[in-house]
Amino acid sequence: MMNSALLRLIRLVGLVTLMTVSQTGNAQLRIEISRGVSGAVPVAVVPFAYEGRGQPPLDVAGLISDDLLRSGRFAPIDREDMIGRPTAAQDVNFTDWRLLKTDYVVIGRVVEDGLDRYQLQFQVFDVFRGNQVLGYQFQATAGNMRAVGHRAADLIFEKLTGIPGAFSTRVAYVSVVRDQEDVYRLIVADADGANPVIIAESSKPLMSPAWSPDGRRIAYVSFENNRSAVYVQELSTGSRKQVSASPGINGAPSYSPDGRWLALTLSGVDGNLDIHVLNPATGQKRRLTRNPAIDTEPAWSIDGKHIYFTSDRSGGPQIYKIAVEGPTSPQRVTFEGRYNARPRISPDGGTLAVVHNDRGNYRIAVIDLERKTTQVLSDGRQDESPSFAPNGSMLIYATGSGGRGVLAAVSTDGRVKQSIGSAAGDVREPAWSPYPAD
Amino acid sequence: MSRKLLILLAMAVFALAACSKGGTKPDGTEGAEGDAAAAGDYSSQSGLETGTVGQGTEYVEAGMEPGDDALIAETVIYFDFDTARIRTEYSEVLAAHARRLGVKSDLAVRLEGHADERGSREYNIGLGESRAQAVRQALMLQGVSATQITTVSYGEERPAVTGSSEEAWERNRRVEIVYSE
Repeated sequence: MMNSALLRLIRLVGLVTLMTVSQTGNAQLRIEISRGVSGAVPVAVVPFAYEGRGQPPLDVAGLISDDLLRSGRFAPIDREDMIGRPTAAQDVNFTDWRLLKTDYVVIGRVVEDGLDRYQLQFQVFDVFRGNQVLGYQFQATAGNMRAVGHRAADLIFEKLTGIPGAFSTRVAYVSVVRDQEDVYRLIVADADGANPVIIAESSKPLMSPAWSPDGRRIAYVSFENNRSAVYVQELSTGSRKQVSASPGINGAPSYSPDGRWLALTLSGVDGNLDIHVLNPATGQKRRLTRNPAIDTEPAWSIDGKHIYFTSDRSGGPQIYKIAVEGPTSPQRVTFEGRYNARPRISPDGGTLAVVHNDRGNYRIAVIDLERKTTQVLSDGRQDESPSFAPNGSMLIYATGSGGRGVLAAVSTDGRVKQSIGSAAGDVREPAWSPYPAD
Repeated sequence: MSRKLLILLAMAVFALAACSKGGTKPDGTEGAEGDAAAAGDYSSQSGLETGTVGQGTEYVEAGMEPGDDALIAETVIYFDFDTARIRTEYSEVLAAHARRLGVKSDLAVRLEGHADERGSREYNIGLGESRAQAVRQALMLQGVSATQITTVSYGEERPAVTGSSEEAWERNRRVEIVYSE
């Protein structure tokens, strides 16, 4: 028998807007679940109690519930269907929740205990065992309560799935508004689309954002001087540095796992794209590939010893890998299909996400590096720019929808899919941040 | 097809096209064959009488050819899908641009390569660059100095036409020839 929470999730499969778009912030992303997972765990996140003046600064329970829903692994039950709304452990009636087929109940409270000072507590109960499985208390301000809520969702997700949550992470992406003059913006937002901040803006293309491993900097390509150059920008201060402006192409920056090197594509005046590594602090630079074909889109292996890249040396684009400390020649990695490009390695190092030509459509595929199998995960016509969540559970990518560029996310097992819209313009080239540095 | 092969092919096609166009006159200008040459002979025989008032005679700058102005007005070279091979139909356009750059050595061109929206973005930067380089090679083969030419590839980032139709893609696979002093 299907339980009611699962039925509700099935109703959600289709299109359910989870986030309302603010009227003014047209850069705000809107996340929708377009493919759900059967077997999602039913969970009740009961509205938190509030003790303080006025209204609570944030509906923390709603935020946690939305995070869990977006993961695809949980099916939060509607508030209207909750029999009781306990806010203290002694009020949780396990018999009632068992009738609702709810596996877990989350309760909590927000207590104002000073000027812009709040205590946030939450507890998670296993309904069938009838005991608490998790409990935490945080200090918060009105300003950081969203972040604290996402942190709580991370802890709940990790406790119940064994996988660290990635709700406290961010996403960088490029938005383009075409008007009298094109406006390209590089934006960093929370992983749920909230708090979009424009970090660079230009009338010329901005592309290829890449996070530093500590999440503090973003490298990207700007054509602001009518030619490509690579910049590195500090997110906390906004200060930026031009790190590569050689003649020809300067593109596709990618940070080494230790954050000291950037792999990038340089072409020289003769237009021969090859992979190089650059130390932005010292300016030290080394060329890794020497081939008249297009070599581009470098991505480091997890151990930092190899670089995967796209090359059309065999005809069409395929993925190759080369040792960073030479002198070996590149090894071809992909063989299935005539188009495999823009590799990204999964956080566990076992999987490569690529843009793959699937019967004429450009789609996101994952390649199991050990078993050499290719699995197509997306179903669009022009899907591109896959980027792994730092916990490896999801891939965010860009896709076309009704002639507009939008973002989408898919679980790495292909079972959960979300579309992430923007109120205005095209959005593309999403790059999922690493875990925040503490 | 590899990019190098494409460029070589482009150069070969271009060279063939240039050969088929006709000989070169002793004064260094390219001789047009057929009707135009005959008309020239005819006008030299009949003297002034052919030059009636209002018709005038086209002034052709030294080193340039009649009709070059119209050819030079064409500044966008379009490409087939997934290739940097220059279509033969552009050989005269590029020859005219090459003559102009040869005559005016202080002129410079920026060749802006573009790709359609399909496939990955940085790889498309590579494809746009291959196209810009094919045009660069064609111009240099006609004697244009490398110092007069710069290339930039915008890949799929600056489409001429938005949309995901075959027609839009055709309009976007291009090299734009942009003159600057």
